[in-house]
Amino acid sequence: MNLLALHKRIERNSGLLIFGILVVSSIGGLVQIVPSIFQDSLSTPAEQLAPYTPLQLLGRDVYIRESCSSCHSQQIRPLLAEVRRYGPYSRAEEFVYDRPFLWGSKRTGPDLHRIGGKYTDDWHRVHMRNPRDVVPESIMPAYPWLAQSAADRDGSITRRLGALQRLGHPYSDEEIAAAPGAVDGKTELDALIAYLQSLGRTRTREEGL
Amino acid sequence: MEDTAGAATEAQARPARYDDRIVTLFTACAVAWAIVGMSAGVYAAAELVWPGLNLDLPWLSFGRLRTLHTTAVIFGFGVSALIATSFYSVQRTSHVGLFAPRLAWFVFYGWQAIMVLGGLSLLAGVNASKEYAELEWPFDVAIAVVWVAYGVVFFGTIARRKMAPIYISNWFYGALIIVVTMLHVVNSLALPATLTKSYSLYPGAQDAIVQWWYGHNAVGFLLTGGFLGMLYYFLPKQAERPIWSYRLSIVAFWAFVYSYIWAGPHHLHYNAVPEWVQSLAMVMSLILLAPSWATMINGIMTVSGAWRRLRTDPALKFIVLSLAFYGLATFEGPMMAIRSVNVMSHFTEWTVGHVHSGALGWNALITFGTFYYLVPKLAGRPLASPRLANVHFWLALTGVMLYVLAMWGAGVTQSLLWLSLDELGEVQYGFNEVMAAMAPYYGLRLLGGLLFLGGAVLMAVNLWRTFTGVERAADAAPAALALETR
Repeated sequence: MNLLALHKRIERNSGLLIFGILVVSSIGGLVQIVPSIFQDSLSTPAEQLAPYTPLQLLGRDVYIRESCSSCHSQQIRPLLAEVRRYGPYSRAEEFVYDRPFLWGSKRTGPDLHRIGGKYTDDWHRVHMRNPRDVVPESIMPAYPWLAQSAADRDGSITRRLGALQRLGHPYSDEEIAAAPGAVDGKTELDALIAYLQSLGRTRTREEGL
Repeated sequence: MEDTAGAATEAQARPARYDDRIVTLFTACAVAWAIVGMSAGVYAAAELVWPGLNLDLPWLSFGRLRTLHTTAVIFGFGVSALIATSFYSVQRTSHVGLFAPRLAWFVFYGWQAIMVLGGLSLLAGVNASKEYAELEWPFDVAIAVVWVAYGVVFFGTIARRKMAPIYISNWFYGALIIVVTMLHVVNSLALPATLTKSYSLYPGAQDAIVQWWYGHNAVGFLLTGGFLGMLYYFLPKQAERPIWSYRLSIVAFWAFVYSYIWAGPHHLHYNAVPEWVQSLAMVMSLILLAPSWATMINGIMTVSGAWRRLRTDPALKFIVLSLAFYGLATFEGPMMAIRSVNVMSHFTEWTVGHVHSGALGWNALITFGTFYYLVPKLAGRPLASPRLANVHFWLALTGVMLYVLAMWGAGVTQSLLWLSLDELGEVQYGFNEVMAAMAPYYGLRLLGGLLFLGGAVLMAVNLWRTFTGVERAADAAPAALALETR
C-alpha cells in the first residue's frame, strides 16, 4: 500500500515527521482563526461603546490581577433563563476594547456582564469589604486591601493607555496626558467600582432580548 | 526480580551513555510540584467551603491561589514529568545519550526557575488572565526560549539515533513540543505596557477564539498527547509486551494531531463568536472520540494477557486505571461539546469535574504509575514499599471518584436551578440560593482532594526512600515474597 510506504519514510526521517506534524496540526487553527481575524463584525465596536476611561481601565486591571474571571463570567448566553436573570445576551461588538477578553469559563459567582448600574457604588464598597455583609450565602473572598492602595500605584497609567492607543483604541494624546490627574487620589476600590459600573451599558437590563 | 536484574545490567552495560541524572532531578521536581500544586488546590477548595480561610490576605485569596494551583500542576508537575520521561525514553528508543547535555541542563534550570518565579508572580497578582496561560510576558518569552531548547535536545537526540524507525512514543512527545510552541507563541502575543503588564494583541471575541484554540490544545497536546507518549513507552515496558497494534497507533496518531486542533471553540458555545465556528468545533469534538478511544483500546489490549501482574505490580495498576479514566474523560468531553448538552454543563462545576477526571484520573495516575516504575530503575533498587504504593492507589482512586461525583452532582444541580423558570416565565431560584445549594458538594470535593493529596505525599515518601535506599525491614519482606510468588 502506497500510504504505508509513505509512512515508512516519515517514521524514519525526523525532519519529515516534524514537518508532517506542523502541517497537519495547523489546518484546524488556520480555518477557524484566520477568517475570524478578518471578520469585521467581531472587531467593530457597538455604536454606544466607549473605550474605558483611565479609572475604569485601572479597575479592569485590578479585576484581572485578582483573577475575578476565575469565578465570574462576563458572557450572557442567548437562553431565556439567562436573559431573564442577567439582561440582554452578550454581543461581540460589546467587547472590542477588551484586551484580554474576560468572558470566563466558570460561574461560582453570578455573571457580571451587565452588572453596571445594578447596585449603587456604596453597595459595592460594602460588598468588597465583606461580601457576607450584603449577601449572607456568599463565599466570595473579602478584598479589604483595595481601599488602601492608590489606583495607579506604580504610576503607569499613561504607559497603559499608550499601549492600548498603539493597538488602535481611540485615545487622544491629550486624554492620555490628562490621565494621571484624572486618577489622582483614587483608590483601587474606586477604580474597580468604576469599571464594574461601566459594564454592559450598551444595552439596558430591561431591554430583554 | 527480573525487573531489577534488568535495570542493573542495563545500568552496568552503558554506564556513561545515558544521561539519567537530569531525569532524576526532573522527576524529583515533578513530585515536589505535584505536592505544591495539589496543596494549593486543596486550600482553594477549602476556601470555597469556609471563605474566612482567605484570611483577607491578597496572595492567599481564591483568585490568585487558583491560578497558582493550575499553573503548578500543569506546568510544574505535568511538564516536569513529561520532560523527565521523554528524556528517559528518547535515549533508550534511540540508543544514544542526550544531544547537547548542557542545553538539557539549561532546560532543567530554566524551566524550574520559570516555575518558581512565575508561581510567586501569580501570588503577587501579576496575571495575564488568559486561562492556563496566566504568566505575564517576560515569562512567556522565557518559556518560548526554554521550550525551543527542549525541542533541540529532543529532536537532536532522535536525529542521532542508532536505529532507523522512530518509536511511536517519540512522535507524541514530538507533537507536544512542536504544537505547544505554536500555541504558546500565537496565544501570548501582546503589547507590553510595563514589565508586569501587557495587553493582548487580539480584541474581545477574537481573543476568545485564539485563547480557546490555545487552551483546548494545551489540554490536547500537553495533557493528552504528551502523556500518550508516556503511555506508549512505559505501558509496554511495564506489561512486558509489545504494543498491541502498531498500525492502529499510526492511524490514531495522525487522526489525533489533525482533529484535536479544531475542537477549541466548544468552550465558547452560545458565546459571542460566529456560530459556524461553534458548530465546526462540536462536530470535530465528536470525531475526536475515535482516535482517543483507538489509543485507549490499543493500551488495554497491550495489557491483555498480563492482567495477573496487576496483583503484584502497583505501578502497572496505576497505569491501567489511568487508561480507564482516559477513556471516561475522552468520552465525556465530546458529549459536553454537543451544544445542547453544553447548555447544561457550561459555566458549572461539571466542567471542573471533567477537567479533574482527566487531570487526576488520567495525567496524575499515569505519572504516578510511571514514577513507581522509573524511580526504582534510576535508583537501581526495588521500590521501598509496594504496600505503601497500594495504599496510595486506593487513596487516589477514592479521592478522584469522590471529586468527580461531587462535581457532577454540583454541576447538574447548578444548571437545573439556574435554568428553571416558573409558570410566569421568571427565574425560579436566586443566584444566592443556588450558591447555598453547593455547600455539601464543595465539602465532598475538598475531602476527595485531601485523599488524593494524601496519596501523593505517601508516594513522595516512598520514592524518596527508594532513591536514598532507606528501607524498613517490615516493608521489604512482603515485597520480596510478592515478587517470588509470581
